[in-house]
Amino acid sequence: MSLKEKYSQEIEQILAKYPPEHKRSAVMPLIYMAQREGGYVTKEEMAEIAAIVGITETEVASLIGFYTLFHDKKEGIYRLQICTDLPCALRGADRFLRDVCDHLGIQPGETTPDGLFTVEEVKCLAACDHAPVMQVQSPQGIEYHEQLTLDMTIGLLDALRQAEEAE
Amino acid sequence: MAHILLRHRDIPDIDQLDVYVQNGGFAAFKKAVTTMQPDEVTEEVKASGLRGRGGAGFPTGLKWSFMDKNNWPHYVVANADESEPGTFKDREIMERNPFQFLEGVAIAAYAVGAHRAYVYLRGEFWQVAAWLDEKIAEMEAAGYLGENLFGTEYSLKIYTHLGAGAYICGEETALLESLEGKRGQPRIRPPFPPSYGLYGKPTVVNNVETLANVPYIIANGAQAYRQFGTEKSPGVKIFSLSGNVNKPGNYELPLGATFRELIYEYGGGIQDGHKIKAIMPAGASSAVIVANDEALDTPMDYENVQNVGSMLGSASVIVIDDTFDMDWVVAKTIEFFKHESCGKCTPCREGNYWMLNIIERIEEGEGSPQDVQLLDNVAHQMQGKCLCALGEFATMAVTTSIERFPEDFAKRVGGQHE
Repeated sequence: MSLKEKYSQEIEQILAKYPPEHKRSAVMPLIYMAQREGGYVTKEEMAEIAAIVGITETEVASLIGFYTLFHDKKEGIYRLQICTDLPCALRGADRFLRDVCDHLGIQPGETTPDGLFTVEEVKCLAACDHAPVMQVQSPQGIEYHEQLTLDMTIGLLDALRQAEEAE
Repeated sequence: MAHILLRHRDIPDIDQLDVYVQNGGFAAFKKAVTTMQPDEVTEEVKASGLRGRGGAGFPTGLKWSFMDKNNWPHYVVANADESEPGTFKDREIMERNPFQFLEGVAIAAYAVGAHRAYVYLRGEFWQVAAWLDEKIAEMEAAGYLGENLFGTEYSLKIYTHLGAGAYICGEETALLESLEGKRGQPRIRPPFPPSYGLYGKPTVVNNVETLANVPYIIANGAQAYRQFGTEKSPGVKIFSLSGNVNKPGNYELPLGATFRELIYEYGGGIQDGHKIKAIMPAGASSAVIVANDEALDTPMDYENVQNVGSMLGSASVIVIDDTFDMDWVVAKTIEFFKHESCGKCTPCREGNYWMLNIIERIEEGEGSPQDVQLLDNVAHQMQGKCLCALGEFATMAVTTSIERFPEDFAKRVGGQHE
């Protein structure tokens, strides 16, 4: 199904936020919309977004390449994005990242064999006072989890796994 | 002292519209729209001495007065791209005291004659954006946004817009490019946004915290605001305290409070009884300060922090204790800037790449004293050669750590290990 068939109302709402002669501004919200369900944007969707806002497919692809929260490849349903920047690292974030990876049996950047979790080492999330911090990017949006311990994180991952299995 | 910005700490439900209104909310916006000419609003903000809280410290009222009145429409864009490692103040304002921020946006829009304002949030603030959308809808329903505000001809709409994970979009011209649906890469300046901004139209770009100050200034007057802070740096500031302190968090203090007060009185001192070693007053972009008594007793305002060889920036104070080596700290900041360089200017794109290469070699124990010199050399080569400040910021911790903590680097390249 095309994006227009699936999300016609939402596309109108997004376009309405910008002056009609500057539709291009809608491109980033449209990319978010397109990748919401599957976690990434397909070539067909890129072409459709390009047509909606009046730019080329290449330009859409270049935006997906430039911004770290946009994806063009299928990876884990839940992207576990852990900050290891200086303020978090001073409070144990490097260790936390290693522990989460060890628990899942993968390295940063990899996806668990069941396709559920991808661990990503990311840059500052603006929650430095609550390190260690992880954001979870998924079809449900982006959620912050702060002042984490490994136990809390394992509990969270188990809950996400159970919710997926229940579906 | 009652908070000016973090008012939710005194009035917990101030994120509810009726509570905000009961506590004087929107009185400043109403006063501006119904009793003041737009230029009078700008003059009042100018007189308050408010300076940009996003890092650059540019006088806010002056920025507003630069708007080109021969070119319309005008826009206001709130910079909520908060991404500097160590900064987490704007998020607290938007989450806990959202109406005060939005009222600040509205007053700024009235002052510069804008009928459309955008709040550009970093993509990670997805939940915050949804929350602000709710708050904006509540304001529209209550008649604080929309057409014919307070029975006048003035109308205003505010929209949120999400970025998608790029530190560079905190730079105002990169932010505008991004808002136009392009890659977030800085523009050549001049022209500056008040003459050529969003869609080529005059635009004011202000940080969230800056705008949150505005309702107080309009409601109480510039002189009342000047009772806080110092002569040259008036007002209050939110200090984001992070790193090796017992109580990291946001602290709203008058400008001119000392590092010692912030770190020991409010932050509860250093973790685990360790000793303080270094301070980065402006996040990862800081020149690093040796945390001696002179530094600790320095007033945190725009002028004095410069006098001890750093800058106040967005006042994101990262504290480093004596269990960490500064070469490791530098490796962390270089990794950050290498990742966040937008790639437009060669010195920044290539310089960060090579700095990362060298520091990784040093961290792996494969470095030589010449590598430290080379690192310093590359950093100095980058300075003053880029379109925006990122290329400059990327070198600050590098050059100052090598200069002020040479022993940490010597230890790493001399073959000795801890």
